[in-house]
Amino acid sequence: MQKSRSANMAFTLYALIQTAILFTNAIAVLHEERFLSKIGWGADQGIGGFGDEPGIKAQLLNLIRSVRTVMRVPLIIVNSVCIVLLLLFG
Amino acid sequence: MQVGLIVFDVFTSFAEPKVRMRGSAVDSGEPSQLFDDTSAGHNAGHSGVDKGPMVYAGQSLLSDPVSNLAMAYGSSLASQGKEMMDKNLDRFIPISKLKYYFAVDTVYVGKKLGLLVFPYMHEVRLIFCPVCVFPAMAFITYILVAGLALGTQNRFSPEILGMQASSALVWLIIEVLAVLLSLYLVTVNTDLTTIDLVAFSGYKYVGMIVGVLAGLLFGKMGYYLTLLWCCASIFVFMIRTLRLKILSEAAAEGVLVRGAKNQLRMYLTMAIAAAQPVFMYWLTFHLVR
Repeated sequence: MQKSRSANMAFTLYALIQTAILFTNAIAVLHEERFLSKIGWGADQGIGGFGDEPGIKAQLLNLIRSVRTVMRVPLIIVNSVCIVLLLLFG
Repeated sequence: MQVGLIVFDVFTSFAEPKVRMRGSAVDSGEPSQLFDDTSAGHNAGHSGVDKGPMVYAGQSLLSDPVSNLAMAYGSSLASQGKEMMDKNLDRFIPISKLKYYFAVDTVYVGKKLGLLVFPYMHEVRLIFCPVCVFPAMAFITYILVAGLALGTQNRFSPEILGMQASSALVWLIIEVLAVLLSLYLVTVNTDLTTIDLVAFSGYKYVGMIVGVLAGLLFGKMGYYLTLLWCCASIFVFMIRTLRLKILSEAAAEGVLVRGAKNQLRMYLTMAIAAAQPVFMYWLTFHLVR
């Protein structure tokens, strides 16, 4: 019971920020040519029909591509700040 | 910077009381000597608004004309400062839009609370309005009740309140993000804004408070029974609220439309509604022993 209580209570805002940074890094690292096209998730393979129903796979691919495009520069800045802070304060 | 502007206003407009008072002294005639004397002696001796009443500590505050003036000036200053602050704050947080979500009265609050605990009767018009009063107050009440519950088990310390608050806030943010992501993936064209989702996610705190209080009063059995009832009612409440917003109008009237799109949306609604009891249990079971 003590373990579950501490697992619930130790969820601070700092942990949320760390989780968000790690998730965004994970999505931004997926390479277009070397990985996504190999498993059929490339940018040109998702947009099947131009009807009114994009479908879940097309939405996911769109999301991955837009995260990669939009968050590239902010992620560089945030990661550098994180590295410097971790080096200084452990 | 606004504080600097206000202080600057205070300092530069000290010239005006002298001009205004001399103008009124000419009109009044006989008390003019008294007005001029007190103003000259008064303005030479102080440098800030708060020193004014202290110079005339012996006399009563209300009969002194300069203190009257200082009070009138202070109230006009306060309203000026408030205007400036409102204008600047409105640029960052849309306060006028937020006011729509907090416009309630007591009767509505009572009806909505009753609907949250017993949603099995048909009251459609109350469901529609997303109101932020309940989630905000229920959240704060949940933190206080959690502190109370921990206090009865001798596990209380002031940091615990902050930890509970931040952990509950983090779970709320995660849940809202998950709902937003799933709404995006299923391409639902609704008018559900983020604040609506925060409001809907906050409704479960009412059930959690009732459950924890029942657990404090009646022990574990009371906690489980009350939690079961509140989970069922939150489930039904969520399904009725979200069905109107997420599913299309044809399905909302009760007709089950067979089609891949509507089936997916129904699954999404049920998943969101089913996540609420899970969160309710997860956030309260460590409070009741």
